[in-house]
Formats: sequence, C-alpha cells, structure tokens
Amino acid sequence: MVKRNLVGAHYGLKDWLAQRITAVIMASYTLIMALALLSGAGGSFERWRALMSAGPMRLATFVFIVSLCWHAWVGVRDIWMDYVKPTGLRLALHVLTLIALIGYAGWAMQILWRL
Amino acid sequence: MTTRTLHFKIYRYDPDQDRKPYLQDISVEVDSNDRKLLDALVKLKAKDDSIAFRRSCREGVCGSDAMNINGKNGLACLTDLASFPEGKPIVLRPLPGLPVIRDLIVDMTQFFKQYHSIKPYLINDDPPPERERLQSPEEREELNGLYECILCACCSTSCPSFWWNPDKFVGPAGLLAAYRFIADTRDQATNERLDNLEDPYRLFRCHTIMNCVDVCPKGLNPTKAIGKIKAMMVQRAI
Amino acid sequence: MKPKVTVRKFDAVIVGAGGAGLRAAIQLSESGFKTAVLTKVFPTRSHTVAAQGGVAASLGNSEEDHWHWHMYDTVKGSDWLGDQDAIEFMCRKANEVVIELEHYGMPFDRLDNGRIYQRPFGGHMSNFGEKPVRRSCAAADRTGHAMLHAMYQRNVKANTQFFVEWMALDLIRDQEGEVLGVTALEMETGELYAFHAKATIFATGGAGRIFHSSTNAFINTGDGLGMAARAGIPLEDMEFWQFHPTGVAGAGVLITEGVRGEGGILRNSQGERFMERYAPNAKDLASRDVVSRAMVTEINEGRGCGPNKDYVLLDITHLEPDVIMKRLPGIREIAIQFAGVDPIKAPIPVVPTCHYQMGGIPTNYHGQVVVPGKRTQNEIVPGFYAAGECACASVHGANRLGTNSLLDLLVFGKSAGETAVEELKKSPKAHKDLPADAFDRTLERLNRLNTQKDGANVHETRLAMQRTMQKHAGVFRFAHLLKEGVEKILEVQKAVNQTEIKDKSMVFNTARIEALELDNMIEAAVATMVSAEARKESRGAHVRDDCPDTPEHPNGRDDDNWLKHTLWFKEGNRLEYKSVNLRPLTVDTIPLKKRAY
Repeated sequence: MVKRNLVGAHYGLKDWLAQRITAVIMASYTLIMALALLSGAGGSFERWRALMSAGPMRLATFVFIVSLCWHAWVGVRDIWMDYVKPTGLRLALHVLTLIALIGYAGWAMQILWRL
Repeated sequence: MTTRTLHFKIYRYDPDQDRKPYLQDISVEVDSNDRKLLDALVKLKAKDDSIAFRRSCREGVCGSDAMNINGKNGLACLTDLASFPEGKPIVLRPLPGLPVIRDLIVDMTQFFKQYHSIKPYLINDDPPPERERLQSPEEREELNGLYECILCACCSTSCPSFWWNPDKFVGPAGLLAAYRFIADTRDQATNERLDNLEDPYRLFRCHTIMNCVDVCPKGLNPTKAIGKIKAMMVQRAI
Repeated sequence: MKPKVTVRKFDAVIVGAGGAGLRAAIQLSESGFKTAVLTKVFPTRSHTVAAQGGVAASLGNSEEDHWHWHMYDTVKGSDWLGDQDAIEFMCRKANEVVIELEHYGMPFDRLDNGRIYQRPFGGHMSNFGEKPVRRSCAAADRTGHAMLHAMYQRNVKANTQFFVEWMALDLIRDQEGEVLGVTALEMETGELYAFHAKATIFATGGAGRIFHSSTNAFINTGDGLGMAARAGIPLEDMEFWQFHPTGVAGAGVLITEGVRGEGGILRNSQGERFMERYAPNAKDLASRDVVSRAMVTEINEGRGCGPNKDYVLLDITHLEPDVIMKRLPGIREIAIQFAGVDPIKAPIPVVPTCHYQMGGIPTNYHGQVVVPGKRTQNEIVPGFYAAGECACASVHGANRLGTNSLLDLLVFGKSAGETAVEELKKSPKAHKDLPADAFDRTLERLNRLNTQKDGANVHETRLAMQRTMQKHAGVFRFAHLLKEGVEKILEVQKAVNQTEIKDKSMVFNTARIEALELDNMIEAAVATMVSAEARKESRGAHVRDDCPDTPEHPNGRDDDNWLKHTLWFKEGNRLEYKSVNLRPLTVDTIPLKKRAY
C-alpha cells in the first residue's frame, strides 16, 4: 500500500460534541450525588441501597455510566491515536478498549439491577 | 551613552561542523540605542559572523525572527531588552517542534504545508463583477483579528498538539487562516472548508491549551477562531 | 576544485517575491508557462509587507476623481522627471489592478455603501492640484501586509513554483546581450544552480539599506541593481532617494503618511503647525520631499524637539481614540513599541528617514529593460524585464507620491508579466544555449570570498558605506560633501572588494549571504553618489545648496540643462543621459511649471 498521510475521517465533530455532552451529564450526576450524600443518603448501607435502587436514581446512574464509557472511549482512543502509530496494533487496542468499556458498563448495570 | 553587557546562551548547531547541538555562552555590549533583542543579535553577529538567524523588517510585520526566548516563543524585533532581568543569561533556542536547519533557523516546511492545506485563498466562482465585490463595514470587521497574521509560527510551535501531530493537526496559524476565509462574506466555499476540517486530527486536536494566544506577537486569538469554526460545525450539524 | 553548478530550465524566472514579483507570477502561472520564483525570504516576508497607508486609484468612491488628475499629481510630484507615457499608463490602469486585487480577496476597509474605503494622501489632489482628494485605497494601516498576503494566496491557488530562501547571484547574458537567466544559491545547502530561462523578470526591490537611517528591511539590499550593473546594464536616476518625513526618531521604523491623511499634524518645539508656512495649500499633506525638507529646516534652525532638538512631533492626540483604533491600529502598536509613546495620549517623535529609491533598472512601461543602443536611447534587452522598486519606468521621477509605490508594483508587475507571456508565446520552443562563461562571474565572486585573507569585516564595511551615504547624500545635499562623498564611497568599494568572512559553512551561511548582499549594495551606493554629484540642479528629492531657488531657476530646478534621466554604468563608473519622455499616450503633455503645494 502507498504511504500517505491520511486525514479526513468525518467524525471529529460528533466525538467532540459527544465528549462535551457526556461531560455535562457526568457533572450533573456528580452534583446530584453530592446533594444526596450531603442529605445523609450515605449514612448507612440500607439508606445507600434505598437511594440507588430507587427508579429515577437507577436510571440516572445508568445514563452516567454510559456517558462515562462514551467519554472515556473518545479520550482513550485519542491517546492511542497520539502514541500508537502501527495501524494493526492501534486497531487491536481500539477493540480491546471497546470490549473493556462495554464490559464495565455491563458489569455496572448488572450491579445496579441486582440491588 | 550608557552601556550594558548582555549575557546569552544561544543554541548552536551547524550540521556541516557539529556532531550535535550545544548552548554557546556569549556576551555583547549594548547601548541605549539598542532597544530590542534583534538589535543585540545584530551586534552579536558582528562579533561572531557564524551565528545564524532569520530577520528582515525589524518592526514585527514580516514574521522572520521568531525564536524561543527564555522558554517562550516571540519575535526578537518586538522583545524589549529592558524586559530581561539583570544578571541572568538570556537563553535563545530555535522554535520548538520543527527540525533545526542551523542555529536559530528551523525548517518551516511542515508549518506552511498545514497553512496551504486549508486552501488559503478566496474562493468565489461567480464571474468577477466590473467593480469591487461589496462588503459592509460590519462584514469587513469580522476579518479583524484574523487577516493580520504574519505566519511567524510562534503559535503553532508552542502548541503541544502541533508538536505531537504536525503532519495531521492544522495548528493554530492554519486554523486562524481557515476561519479568515470562512468569515469573509465574499468567500463561497464555507461548506468545503468545514468539510476539510471535519476530522479527529485536523481541527479537533485543539484541546484549548491556549499557548497560541499567550505567545502571539500580534495579539491575535487563534483559540477564539477555532471555537467559532467548531460552533459553525455544530450549527451545520443540528 | 570548481563547485558544481546544476542547470534548471524554465520558461520564465522571476527574482523576488514581493508585490511586483508576485503580481508578475500570477500572470505567468495563470497563463500556464513553467515559471520559477526565486526569493531570499518566504514571500510574505518581503518588504511590501511593511507598506501601510494604501494604494492609489481614482475609484472616486468618496468624491469625484479622475485618472487624469492622478496623472497630473504624479507628474508634478515627480518634478517633471517622470516619463509621461508610463505615468499615464499607470494611472489609467490603477482602477483595474486595484479591483483585481479586491477580487483576489484583499481585505480593504469599506465605506457604508460597501465600496472600498479611500483616504487622502500627500500630493494627491482633485482637479489638477486644487485640493486634497481621497484616493488611497486602504486596509487600515496594513495595506501592504494585506496586499502581499492576498497576492501570495492567489499564487498558491495558481500553483506557482516558489524557490524559497534562494538568492540570485548574477545575471546570465550572452554575446548578443540577451538575458538567459540567473545563477542562484540555495541558502539551506549552499549549492549553486543556474536558472536557464527565456524570460527573466527582476522584482528585487530597492536598496534602502545603503543609508544608515532607513525605514527599509534588512533584505532591501538592491540585489537586482547589483546583478544588472555587473552585467553591463546602466542604473537610471539613482540620485533620487525619498526620505520619508515620518520615521520614528532613533528606530527608523515607518509611520505612514496615512496618519496625516487621517488628520495628523506636524509640530515643532514651539507647538507650531509649521507646514502652514511651507505649503499653505496642502499643509501637512504636501509632497514627501517638501515635508522632509521643511522638517530638516525646522530642526536646523533650532526648533527641533527633545533634549537634542533633533526631531519634530507628529500629533494625533486631537483625533478620536476610536478613529485611531480603527484606522491606525498598527501605527499605535509601532509608536508604543518603538517610540515608547501611546499616540492617543502623546505625539510621536519623528525624523525624515530614507525610504524609497526612485531610480533603478531602466524599463519602458511594458516592463522591458531598455538601454541606450545604436539606433535609439531605449533599446530593449531581449529576455529581461524589471518591475517594482528595482525598476525605473520612470513613473516617480525625482520624487514619488505616497501610495504610488504599491500601485507601481501592481501595474508594472502585471505589465511585465503580460509582456513576458506575449514574448514567450512568440519564442521558439528550445532555449538558447548558455554561453561558455555563463557562471564565471558568480564562481569568481564566491571563490574570492571563500579564499580572502586579511580582508575587510563585512559589518564594518557596510556601516562605513551607510554612514558615508547618510552624511554625503542626505535630505539636503552640499556640493563639497558630494565631491568628498564620491571619493569616500570609492574607498569603501575597495574594502567591499576584499571582504572576508570567518564562517565557511555550506549550511545556511548568513555571513556569506550578507557579504554577497554588500556586493550589490555598493553598486547602488556608488551609482547614487556619482549621479548626485553630477546633477547640478535641485529637483524633487535631490536638493543642493549650490542650486537654490532663484527667479530664473524656481526651486533650483534647471530644465534647460537637466530635464534628463541619468544613466550610471558600472564599467568605467561613467554617466550618460537620456531625455525625459514628455509625451503621454493619449492626452496632452502636462507642461513644465514651478512646483508648489
């Protein structure tokens, strides 16, 4: 294959936007969490469990986890793009990152819905 | 006339003679007529003619004498000698991130390649009218802070994203130029220009570190221009 | 061992990538000819970038204007030494080239109706010298910068082939006198090349650095003049140098005349607006030579400002800060940087500073280089063109009007390009062979420089030249100083012929480049001094103490004996003269008259 400097993959904006939106979601969730903790929700295991198993909170946590993984995906991928030059290796790392992040998300959900 | 001795540590490398670069200690007497760093460099060159640096207009409009001065990029001709603290040597190095040709002279090929990659010219396919294309003073004002760039490369070579991906990230100077044409009401290629930048590297490697704004000798703000390009892309996408 | 010279073939080679070179390059690239543009610096670093105030064109966007009025002003400004055919050509072409530039994307300032903003400038008047007119098309006070970038950008679009940081060294001419290209040095590698071409266009700019106090960039070393002179081409009207009234005192950096166009006033130590005495009609907007002389007279008579009473003040404190920020932002930056004053609050110290070379390589208005020949005084040198400050068409004569230089390089850059294109279309396919001695002069110069022992220091020799020029050929000229100046400058020339550099590296050897530049500067300096010494009259920028204002010779001008162009030849250091063309292309001659503003 000829060696060319390849640019022009049309996903710059989407990811940039996604990172900002997920950041806002995570910040909001952090705020909610801080308020909940301040109001004593973390005082005992029962109260903590009650908080996390409530429907709206469960949904919020779920959205947070998905945002976190998506955000991390863009960030980690950028790191691979900056530091790993061979295309094959980079692709492998991308796949591993995706598997790990999806795995984390699934694990987190499993925990959430087990409560 | 009062004179003062300035001590320098200058990055020296001549591939014709030196195996590797080194910092040369050298000093020079300046008097009250010497106001700028470039005046001192010219005196240094009179003393040792082998010191190589670029210079031309000596008034900050040609962009030749950009270098790394005490760790910060700037133009020698706009840097006041009075701004240097007494007793401490002035450390001069070539602009970081570009290959050194010799001493303070860097190879700017990559920098200009990126500038050229954004199609830095007005695109308007209508048949040219007999008179000027009209533009209101307000529309023209949009170009202020954009067209004044002197292509000295202080900004791009202070940008870590450019250091890391000089072949793929357009860099602050090129992106400022890109927005200069996007902002020009006479230009018809806004969509193509946005397409050209819609890429994880070309535009979006800007992480708003803002070193570019910090060093620009003309007081321009590439980060703001980049933000406007991003805003236009969002506007186009949704 | 003889260094290797690699030959490269092009249809056309352009030397210099300032305004004139870039404008010519657009013409050639867009017509499809294989063109090389050699430049010592990246194109946007050329000195056109420093032009501030504007480019003249009688667009009439703010008030009635006409190219014929512009022509009248230019002829009068030139003190009738300009060739009226070339001047008519330039003034008629002005609107066309300025509009083209706008179409290239030049960010001109705008009027409320969307048209190009125009401001008044020195010497530009309406209705044949009646009152100042708004004729200078401006992009704030960065017109040259905006223009140079717009033209470079157009060349990027046209795919022009640039050779950046290549220095042309000598002209290649064959036995018949035809020009066949140039030799050149690639600065990065130190290697030698020859550019073999059917058309060679010089756009190398002026030699303003031959004076000690100059608004010019370090690169303005008259390389084209030196190359032409060494190849036997005469230099025309080199005694005429413009001293710009407003260079920052001490630093030499230019403050545009546009400052006075926007309402700035020159004041002496008594706060007096002294220009009212020297030019009751145009006042601060009189022609540059007039204003510069008035300033020097004020200083000489003890009305200068500052501790040494050696400058006057340029005052814009009465202007609205908004106007200064909008129309003169670059000037404010310069004043703060180089004079240490904010012009919104305090006046700027200024002195007349060497600014522009009216003379140069003699050309006709098609951009073709012309020399005296057997049949006429203007015989075309085949294959050789020149445009911009290095050329003498002659549109500026004895004194240039502000904003006419940017116009000059647009009009004659384009015209040289167009003529070259026409000639190339007619020319045979094959290049004429290079003569056997094509590289000899270059190799000899380089060899001399590389092997020189116990020679002269480049820096000191250049300084000696600059001080000599400043003292002996300044704003006012004195017969005895000129005479002495000729001897002194010839002494300096001897040192220039024996310069020595310590640095012998092949890689980006700036010491070698400065020595080679000095070879060129000294030709311009000698030409200036010798031509000035010989011209026994006062005209335009050339004013002698022994040729004062008398009833039979108003302003010291002597049309009976000196209404003629000087031609200086390097060989034998001799002078010839040729007549001024007083016949325009279509209109009546603008008759000789005493010049007053």
